[in-house]
Amino acid sequence: MTASRLATGGSAIDRSRPIRFSFDGASVDGFAGDTIASALLANDVAVVGRSFKYHRPRGIWGAGVEEPNALVDIGGSQATPNTRATTEPAREGLVARSVNATPNALADRNAFLDRFSRFIPAAFYYKTFMWPDWHMFEPRIRAMAGLGKVDTDWTSPGTADQTNHHCDVLVVGAGPAGLATAKMAAGAGLSVTLVDDRHKPGGSLGHRAGEVDGKPASMWIQETVAELAAGGHLILPATTAFGIYDHDLVGLNQRHFDGRRDTLWRVRPRQIVLATGAIERPLPFANNDLPGVLSADAALAYLRRHAVLVGRRVVVATNNDSAYEVAEAITEAGADVTLVDIRRDGIPGTPAKVRMLEGRALAAAKGKLRVEGVTLDDGTRLDADCVLVSGGWTPTIHLFGQAKGKLAWSEARAAFLPGDPVDRISVAGAAAGSVSLSEVFAGAQKAVASLGQAKVPAPRSTGPEAPGGIVAAWPVPGSKGRIWIDYQNDVTVKDVELAARENFVSVEHLKRYTTLGMATDQGKTSNLPGLALMAGITGRTVPEVGTTTYRPPFTPVPLASFAGARAGELMAPVRRLPLESVHRDSRAVFQEYGGWLRPAHYGGRGADAERAIQDEALGARRSVALFDGSTLGKIEVIGPNAGEFVDFLYYNTMSTLKPGRCRYGFMLSENGVIFDDGVLVRLDEHRFVVSCSSSHVAAVHARLEEWRQDRFGRDAVYIHNATSDVATLTVSGPNARKLLETVDLGLGLDDADLPHMAIGHGCHGGNEVRVARVSFTGDRSYEISIRADRAEPLWAHLRQAGQAFDAVIMGLEALMILRAEKGFIVIGKDTDGTTLPHDLGSGGPRLKRQSDYVGRRSLFTEEASRNNRLQLIGLTVPSGEAPLATGAHGIKREGGRLNSQGFVTSSYQSPTLGRPIALGLIERGAARHGETIEIQHLGKVRTATIAAPCAFDPAGERLHA
Amino acid sequence: MQLFPCPFCGSRDETEFHYGGDAGNARPDGAEVPIERWANYLYLRSNPKGTAREIWVHMSCGEFFVMERDTVSHKVLSSTALGGEHAA
Repeated sequence: MTASRLATGGSAIDRSRPIRFSFDGASVDGFAGDTIASALLANDVAVVGRSFKYHRPRGIWGAGVEEPNALVDIGGSQATPNTRATTEPAREGLVARSVNATPNALADRNAFLDRFSRFIPAAFYYKTFMWPDWHMFEPRIRAMAGLGKVDTDWTSPGTADQTNHHCDVLVVGAGPAGLATAKMAAGAGLSVTLVDDRHKPGGSLGHRAGEVDGKPASMWIQETVAELAAGGHLILPATTAFGIYDHDLVGLNQRHFDGRRDTLWRVRPRQIVLATGAIERPLPFANNDLPGVLSADAALAYLRRHAVLVGRRVVVATNNDSAYEVAEAITEAGADVTLVDIRRDGIPGTPAKVRMLEGRALAAAKGKLRVEGVTLDDGTRLDADCVLVSGGWTPTIHLFGQAKGKLAWSEARAAFLPGDPVDRISVAGAAAGSVSLSEVFAGAQKAVASLGQAKVPAPRSTGPEAPGGIVAAWPVPGSKGRIWIDYQNDVTVKDVELAARENFVSVEHLKRYTTLGMATDQGKTSNLPGLALMAGITGRTVPEVGTTTYRPPFTPVPLASFAGARAGELMAPVRRLPLESVHRDSRAVFQEYGGWLRPAHYGGRGADAERAIQDEALGARRSVALFDGSTLGKIEVIGPNAGEFVDFLYYNTMSTLKPGRCRYGFMLSENGVIFDDGVLVRLDEHRFVVSCSSSHVAAVHARLEEWRQDRFGRDAVYIHNATSDVATLTVSGPNARKLLETVDLGLGLDDADLPHMAIGHGCHGGNEVRVARVSFTGDRSYEISIRADRAEPLWAHLRQAGQAFDAVIMGLEALMILRAEKGFIVIGKDTDGTTLPHDLGSGGPRLKRQSDYVGRRSLFTEEASRNNRLQLIGLTVPSGEAPLATGAHGIKREGGRLNSQGFVTSSYQSPTLGRPIALGLIERGAARHGETIEIQHLGKVRTATIAAPCAFDPAGERLHA
Repeated sequence: MQLFPCPFCGSRDETEFHYGGDAGNARPDGAEVPIERWANYLYLRSNPKGTAREIWVHMSCGEFFVMERDTVSHKVLSSTALGGEHAA
């Protein structure tokens, strides 16, 4: 191949704007408007990469998205591996590297592998490297095989925009069919969006002959585009419609060439017209993967768009009429052309100055790193520096297939065409099997008619019409030499034959056994030849073999497009406390707990964190602690049936609660498992507040709503989630009452006025406060709830009053220690998806309650009544020893085996007791207090003593102290 | 991405909805429910190919409703509020 740039011509390039970029370290000159591929061809670079498995030299095959060979890794800030050189614009300063080649594509160190190719057919690795273990060989093999490299140090320079869009008609493809459809639909008053993956509209009319309404094609394209733009219709070039999803959502990925990331469009059109064109297929002959073997249509595109003549002595091999225009054009451009057509009959007239060989096919391409000649099936040898092939056209029906459209086989076109119509989706142009412009425009008119616009005149083709004759030329079994089917994944005719011999004859098995069609090009040039070959081997017709399933995306889409802004902090945004900045000023160290960003402790980092936590816990026990409990759930249940409602929702009877009082209880799931726990407050006869776990509020709220709507009726109760409206500040410790007395809230704090598990109402700074005397620490505690936006002065007041009592501010970690000392559980930590209320020692309601409640029946199953259930216990280890590991298993030795008896759920160093404490779920634990049990963690065994869950103040005297 | 019609809010993206189980899976009340009946209520699902009647919740407005849809074609056939007062 001696490709070169012609002195004139090239509709896509701007010769006044030369550019320079690098490929495999060498400098490449081109013009604005070049793709990487067209610039490489203009510089006569034949070998642009190495193949996936055999490291065969590979050159450019196509001029569009179907490209199987010319993949390059782009470096720099817009780094992208495995980019198609045929669609990527050449830009000043761009750095491109060939894939799977060391040190470069031309002189690849692993090229020797190809000589061993006969020993490494499809599935070779899996059959060979079985012993002792595939994973032993995998790293070496992966290093030698594959395509582009991912730069793991690279970070995205920005996030991709995502946008939603609606229109009457979405036209995919701006070739003649798409432009005609868009023009007619717009003329009928519909809003049109037209997308095309090329940089300019026009499709095949950009390089194929045609005349529309008496004008040259290029003028008609310009006028049509201008007319659409003037009508306010959206035209998106360089945008790929990569998928049709449920309910006709179409995903578009729009490229920008100004440094921005791509934009993801979610389009909901009323109607979709697919004018996606067709892709040229290769022909089967030995070494058909040699650099210098190109798609005939691609050669025409390079000639007319980029003024690149792909060779001087060119053999054009075809089985159809479309290659004749190519042969004529490159002859005119100065090449010496031999046209080899497998057909004898019904072929178009021989173009001038072209040597014609009828009824002949290529047997092999010759050459080492690039084409040097060909051998015909009659043994004739021809010198050539370039071979252009056209094996026929495969309609691009991927989107139709994704929309569950059935395909119909056309013998006349040797291709699958769209079959029965799919609701709201029409197909026009080459994608529907049309060849001549007249056919294309008739098809576009039919598509517009299916939009309910019957009487719109179609453009007329006024030039010579392209003929569409074709005789199928599929690969056949038993062929000589190595004939490539799938270039990108190195699948040959022999691999397909091997698959058939081993009975992988179903098209889906064939695909997975040989990897045919599984590469980044998804078999755009290879699937149909592959399954036609399988049909030939197994004596079936092509439609009997069928196609594999079409799935999005049509071409690779950057993950950044799908991620959009959902990265970093926005990946899973945290919920924030109303007093966050106040806590920051107090040197709080924040952590995320169940979606909330909360102070873990105040002051102290790294090794000092543990000391800070211990000091906070100790201070809370000695005097008094302030704690921000604003995340606690506060869901109001209101209405005349509220009592009945909470009775049904809770395991414990709640309707007997007196107004102004609180009760602790469990909510169960219908399978009896504890779903949540917490305190229920009865504000008045018809009004309750459900305090649920901080991380569980949304789930509890949804569950309350479900039962309300599904069982009680929307009018019976009303539910309001007030969690974020209200801040809750907790004062806990022996001096809690004394502290609060100095902060005059206007309510009595005597045990008579406000006993344990009661609420009172007061006022702070003119704002109502609700004070609940409930305790999660085991000490006398007051939870003060106030409007979230008025909490700051109250917190400041409490801090100031606390100075007289050496009050500590306490983070969640210290609270966890305090609650564990008391044996108070955290749902999901000290319980799991099997824990029933009686496993925690709360068996009363199960035995006594008469009325129905959620989960009740499940508490009386064989499983629920087992006598060896895991039960909540405390675990004691001698002081001086380290705390047990959370998750460590209690074990029992039985016949030389270690059997799990349950596990540690919470474990801390208790500063109050001066020793480690732990909670756990252990088999029959409630009856085993005092027993010693072995605890195993990561192979190490320790012993601990089973005890009651409550390790501190078991009589509960401190609640009233 | 499917579009579901909330009887209260209209057509919305499927990500705004949560599945709530088979419609008509009535809860058998009481402690004396035969265990097979209870197990059916808890675990046995019809999983039909074709038309299914399901409970869904539109999380944005919090309303539960009954939606009929085809599990093969993903066509939505109807959606009705639990009380039957709204239909979309």
